[in-house]
Amino acid sequence: MSNVSLIINGANYEVPSNLTVLEAARTVGIDIPTLCFLKDINEVGACRVCVVEVEGARALQASCVLPVREGMVVNTNTGRVRNARKNTVELLLANHNRECTTCVRSKNCELQSVSEELGIRDIRFEGAKREPKFDDASYSIVRDSSKCILCGRCVSACKNVQGIGILDFLNRGFDTTVGPAFEMSMNDAPCIYCGQCMVVCPVGALSEKSGIDRVWSALEDKSKHVIVQSAPAVRAALGEEFGYEIGTNVTGKLATALRKLGFAKIFDTNWAADVTIMEEGTELLGRLKNGGKLPMITSCSPGWVRYIEFNYPDLLEHLSSCKSPQNMFGALAKSYYAEKHGIDPKDIVVVSVMPCTSKKSEIERPELSVNGLQDVDISITTRELARMIKEARIEFDKLEEGTFDAFMGDYSGAGVIFGATGGVMEAALRTVADVLTGQDLENVDYTAVRGIEGIKEATVNIAGTDVKIAVAHNTTNAGILLDKIRAGEADYHFIEIMACPGGCVNGGGQPIQPANVRNVIDLRAERAKALYSEDASKAVRKSHKNPEIKKLYDEYLGEPNSHKAHELLHTHYYAREQYPIKK
Amino acid sequence: MAKNFLTEENFAKLNRVIEEHKDMQGPLMPILHEAQHIFGAIPMEVQKVISEKLHVPLAEIYGVVTFYSQFTLEPKGEYLIGICLGTACYVRGAQSIIDKVVELTGVTVGKTSADGKFSLEATRCIGACGLAPVLTINEDVYGRLVLEDIPGIIAKYQG
Repeated sequence: MSNVSLIINGANYEVPSNLTVLEAARTVGIDIPTLCFLKDINEVGACRVCVVEVEGARALQASCVLPVREGMVVNTNTGRVRNARKNTVELLLANHNRECTTCVRSKNCELQSVSEELGIRDIRFEGAKREPKFDDASYSIVRDSSKCILCGRCVSACKNVQGIGILDFLNRGFDTTVGPAFEMSMNDAPCIYCGQCMVVCPVGALSEKSGIDRVWSALEDKSKHVIVQSAPAVRAALGEEFGYEIGTNVTGKLATALRKLGFAKIFDTNWAADVTIMEEGTELLGRLKNGGKLPMITSCSPGWVRYIEFNYPDLLEHLSSCKSPQNMFGALAKSYYAEKHGIDPKDIVVVSVMPCTSKKSEIERPELSVNGLQDVDISITTRELARMIKEARIEFDKLEEGTFDAFMGDYSGAGVIFGATGGVMEAALRTVADVLTGQDLENVDYTAVRGIEGIKEATVNIAGTDVKIAVAHNTTNAGILLDKIRAGEADYHFIEIMACPGGCVNGGGQPIQPANVRNVIDLRAERAKALYSEDASKAVRKSHKNPEIKKLYDEYLGEPNSHKAHELLHTHYYAREQYPIKK
Repeated sequence: MAKNFLTEENFAKLNRVIEEHKDMQGPLMPILHEAQHIFGAIPMEVQKVISEKLHVPLAEIYGVVTFYSQFTLEPKGEYLIGICLGTACYVRGAQSIIDKVVELTGVTVGKTSADGKFSLEATRCIGACGLAPVLTINEDVYGRLVLEDIPGIIAKYQG
């Protein structure tokens, strides 16, 4: 890459010629404010907050989309620039619902930050406000257009990252709004509730539908036995809400915090992930042996399940019949656990803490129930758990390292890595390899399926058999694999698909990092490290070696894929029509 | 425009148009123009077909349709009644003219009658202030209106 020399704020710099002025300035330590810009996702120059003065150019230029040029003279801090930025943000604020004190994004809002940084103390423009639209019809997502600043990040995340395109700019001029076609509810659009729109939203226009009040009520209700499960990826990101470095594993403090919140039992979805491996691994071996539908595809990610139901209903037979770990946990809590402890399942409230917003909709699927009771009663996100911890005045950083309760809280390393793309595949391979070879294999690290490459393929030789596998994350990549399957060009045996980029660690329910962090840190990779390091530290790293799992099968289920296991732990799927026309 | 515009024949025409354009660069706009022409509007049923065939999300198509004023979601009536609400017409009683037309046709502003006969629009100044208050029906212009004129004018088109 060749360099160009340019002058920024009076000083000479040499920078690579493929940078934008924004990147060049930041490289040399000169910050320029941005609002709509999100690296690789939304580089459109729409908001004009990043304007700079370029000598020879008549108008101010949006630095986020302006390539550097040899001999360019740029000024990022002149009166004209400062005024223009202030004007722009004031105009945005004039048409913004400024209920900051009660906003779910208060203190984590990029509009709030930029107006503070620009020193805006007065909004000179008080004009009309766009007609607000409020949509909380789904179980997962709340959309409040009165907070929307039309930056387009959600549109781009949905259309370009996820390849779905539920959201777009509608109407024109002052009436422009972001929403689904025909301004319908997201509940009526083929939305998979992955929440990638939420984690890129700079303001409070898109947020999760909160379950916090219901959790507090359940905890107050003395007639209820309220137990909690926490998903693998939660421990990889919860710390961010309390000032920990991204990628810090906070398993011990998480357990203590949950206990202090008052749950009767503190359990771990990782345990259910181990159960999933037993069921899914056995299902795969069965399909391989009996000529079943191949490739078999994982079914842990409810966003992914909704994606295939809407977009590739002809391929539903490829999905594993396994419920997700969240729901396996719930189903076993209201059967196995209830029986063992002599508790009426009707009195059990299962709360799940998930990195996911689609889980909130998943738990409402009527077929995910046992004896008329939904497997899981309330699903909250990592973000909501952090809010509860704060509301309870628990000083997270001062908590002792605790442990999850025995029984449904003991897990293997295989269970932990479910939270990262490739993790379910690796966990499954560890068990399948042992079963096929009849040995306790020492090598458990399948590094070919790790990392953030969009689609990973590998052939693993197990006991003389070549098992062809693929791993995809985000639904654009999922679509690429499904197109291959549809065209008969895929000879894989087993595929793992997660709806979110990077898997659950980067799920729609995870802590929201502002653009200035996301632009320089790959959340997918950093958070995944927290899981792989916990896996490496575990004495038991294979699901079938988890003593609690052995006990579950010995005492209750018999064997994987048994009649009872099928009744409790397996499910079915539906073809869903996109945008049905109401007659 | 007749009420049943979503005919098999029209969808066959649409499919031909999509086939002709789908491999060109930027096929959406020309297809939408043709669709507006074929159906007289681009409602959800039509947008869905275009979305599926072009692999363009429905929200994007709806966004384009609602951006440009020459595209409409509902078909316009056989007769488009435009009543000028510019300043001159307004001060000379255009609002009562609108009320009368609504009463006689049963169509509210911005809508089309159930039989597809009339659409009613309140327009900005059409530059005929000397004739205020003014209404137009398709290409016909009626000026210096008093309320008593309205039933006779509407009746001409109701036949």
